[in-house]
Amino acid sequence: MSVRTLEVDGRTITAMADQTIFSAAWDNGIRIPRLCHLGGLPDAAACRLCLVEIEGQKRLQSACTTKVAEDMVVRTDTPALQAHRKLIIELLFAERNHVCSVCVVNGACELQTLAAELGVDHIRMKPQYPKLPVDVSHHRFGIDHNRCILCTRCVRVCDSVEGAHTWDVAGRGRNSLIISDLGEPWGESASCTSCGKCVQVCPTGALFSKGKTVAEMRKDRSFLQYIVTAREKRLWIAERKPR
Amino acid sequence: MNPTAPDLNIPASDEREKLLERAMARHHNSGDALIEILHTAQQLYGYLSRPLLSKMARRLNLPPSHVLGVATFYHLFRFEPPKKHSAIVCLGTACYASGAGQLLAAAQQSASEGEWTLTTGRCVGSCGLAPIAICDGIPLARVKPGDLAAVLGGKHDG
Repeated sequence: MSVRTLEVDGRTITAMADQTIFSAAWDNGIRIPRLCHLGGLPDAAACRLCLVEIEGQKRLQSACTTKVAEDMVVRTDTPALQAHRKLIIELLFAERNHVCSVCVVNGACELQTLAAELGVDHIRMKPQYPKLPVDVSHHRFGIDHNRCILCTRCVRVCDSVEGAHTWDVAGRGRNSLIISDLGEPWGESASCTSCGKCVQVCPTGALFSKGKTVAEMRKDRSFLQYIVTAREKRLWIAERKPR
Repeated sequence: MNPTAPDLNIPASDEREKLLERAMARHHNSGDALIEILHTAQQLYGYLSRPLLSKMARRLNLPPSHVLGVATFYHLFRFEPPKKHSAIVCLGTACYASGAGQLLAAAQQSASEGEWTLTTGRCVGSCGLAPIAICDGIPLARVKPGDLAAVLGGKHDG
């Protein structure tokens, strides 16, 4: 595999030719914000938070889906990008209902953490508060569409890791909604294996385990890298991180 | 298959099933032809019911949620049986600026219990007549919310 040398935020780094800007940057300790990317899942470029500037290109490119190239010059943290990211977070907050104080993942939410990191302290738009359903028909889990940011992590983990493809996105634009099978309640879905991967990868409180109240839900995503790479690496027992 | 053909000549039910099977076979039951097959199904049945979508998903070896996801992405697919009459409210820029929003709200209220299938359009090309609604093919020019509601409310024998 050939190696590419590129410059990211003024630092010269090397990466494999098939790596994305995102993974090359993270390998070198340059953290590009993201909500839809998750190591082990195919990328969707849905959240647009990892947009970066590439010298010689007018358009911003999503780092999670753009491959590295020789002598590429990338900037990941300019004031313009920071402003874009803040705006995206504000729009996400305004689009549905994200009241942290009454959310199951309060304190461990990726959206909340990112908003704090980027310094989002208020929302300039009028919140939409659409009346969306909460589906708790499943015997172990629930989905609150009001907390969903449509990152499609659940759709991708269900399709490419679990192989069930219970979830998908219906509708378009502001009417988009995560659906199970033909739109029936989750509990009645014939394809769902109740594995719970979607719940663990969900960045917000949209997917949660039943029985968790405000700020009690904690998600563990470490299983994903293990599941995806264990067979290849012939690791038969997961190494558990000490808690 | 002409995608613009009207849905008026709906064949008998067993015949429809055969025609749909044939359409899927023509595409070698390939999931890549999903949109074409959805079009065929809607032409045959007038709308896409859940059992119909489920059958297509099985035959094309596609996840049901994927089939519904694709179908709901496009505005031209219907999921409710079409009612006796059809009304289109234009939401083009000119119509919108002349109050098509209020028009639609009024129409939605009166159409929900009547015999009208209400859809919206993106500019019918008669901006001089804005706001315009088309009821069973008859354009209603510079229509007021109350007048449209009266038409959809049943005081109209089509």
